[in-house]
Amino acid sequence: MTDRYSALSLVRHAVTGAPWPPVWRKAKPRTGYDVVIVGGGGHGLATAYYLAANHGMNKVAVIERGYIGSGNVGRNTTIVRSNYQLDGNTQFFEHSLKLWEGLSHALNYNVMLSQRGQIVLAHGPSQLDVIARKGNIMRLNGIDAELLDREELMRVLPYLDYSPDVRFPIHGGLLQRRAGTARHDAVAWGYARAADRLGVDIIEHCEVLGFTELGGRITGVRTNLGEISADRTAISVAGHTSQVAAMAGLKLPIESHLLQAFVTEPIKPFVDHVISFGAELFYISQSDKGGLVFGGHIDGFNNYTQRGQFAKVRNVAECAVALIPSISRLRVLRHWAGIQDMTPDGSPFIGRTPRENLYLNGGWCYQGFKATPATGWCFAHTLAHGEEHPLIRHLSLDRFERGNGYDEYGLGNWTYKQ
Amino acid sequence: MLIICPNCGPRDYSEFRYGGDAAKRRPAHGETDVKTWHDHVFLFDNPKGAHHEYWQHVLGCRQWLILERDTATNHVGHSRLASDGDALP
Repeated sequence: MTDRYSALSLVRHAVTGAPWPPVWRKAKPRTGYDVVIVGGGGHGLATAYYLAANHGMNKVAVIERGYIGSGNVGRNTTIVRSNYQLDGNTQFFEHSLKLWEGLSHALNYNVMLSQRGQIVLAHGPSQLDVIARKGNIMRLNGIDAELLDREELMRVLPYLDYSPDVRFPIHGGLLQRRAGTARHDAVAWGYARAADRLGVDIIEHCEVLGFTELGGRITGVRTNLGEISADRTAISVAGHTSQVAAMAGLKLPIESHLLQAFVTEPIKPFVDHVISFGAELFYISQSDKGGLVFGGHIDGFNNYTQRGQFAKVRNVAECAVALIPSISRLRVLRHWAGIQDMTPDGSPFIGRTPRENLYLNGGWCYQGFKATPATGWCFAHTLAHGEEHPLIRHLSLDRFERGNGYDEYGLGNWTYKQ
Repeated sequence: MLIICPNCGPRDYSEFRYGGDAAKRRPAHGETDVKTWHDHVFLFDNPKGAHHEYWQHVLGCRQWLILERDTATNHVGHSRLASDGDALP
């Protein structure tokens, strides 16, 4: 239905004035599918795309309560990187970054990946040791990482606060040049279009009301558009994972919290990288429109209001000004809060559930956007084979029962402290 | 968000520290079933609606209290000292 985007098609449409076809069909649900994916966010759409592209399965439906792009795929701060240090995460996120690097070509859709580099700052000698160790782990896994000392940072990021009496002095940083940002809406639209071209049905404004089951096995979903049966059903929602899973009788190690993000008025090119403050959770980059995009920590208590608390706004603003004093008079244009699935160890769940034929992808905490391609890749493999992809075996839902919590940041089992 | 501390009166939530779901019943001392402890420590009802939860008034009287709050609206209801007894009636 949609024709391939190219310079030629651009010229052809410009000359003939022919309208561009819709980017994906407005599909209506059929009665039966091989796989039904609940949740048309980046992860659900990527999963559908890789089911069709890698496993030849095109009897696949993605059902979405709102419209494509209306969820957390459009609420994040668009950062992609692979600087993780626990075995499992290191390889998984590097697989994701490699997929990001070829994504625009694979999807025939420009996701505007900008590998501008990400720099994590260290504010003391011991923290410099910690990030040096992380860099060594990355390099041993074939991932690019460069340790920058204070003088190099003063050259690369001259606008940070290097004054001698500063509360959090800058000792150095870890640079991953291949990290950067991507246009998050384009990721959703690109995966939706590519999946649609391979025969996947994308059904918007279709809300799951419950699951159908037979003999204890999940056989599909009940929706506002009727029952849809499927050999395998996948939950890939964010924010309301607990509610959807509860319809299938599952209680999860997930609590829903709010994460706020901010965009300032646009200014000329200034922040050329993605920068992570090391003294607090704070990250900043500049969008192509010129606005500074930044965020911080979750609000700290479970919440579905999508309305952030002002104390956190102040905390994030303090971080911004502590790091880059010259932005203190910029006005914040937009500010929002998304509902984020927090887990006891800060790591997500991908794979099988205790319910037969029901699969789960959720609990992504802060990491969902950068993981989009690899999650889709590995979750599709899991759905196609009925068994977890090797790259996600550390993210199983039953890991706490086995004493295998997977705590990248060593924070302990507190959802609200991750 | 204002939380009414039984000792100190209405205070901004930022004076408090959140302490998790207060409706959970801790398994009995001496409980040896690992699954029971797993469910207590790691699983959450995570309701969208009424929630009973612990908060500590760290910048005030430092007492732990149990607060009723609606997680869908942040409407704050009754609060009382956790030391007064069990979480739920």
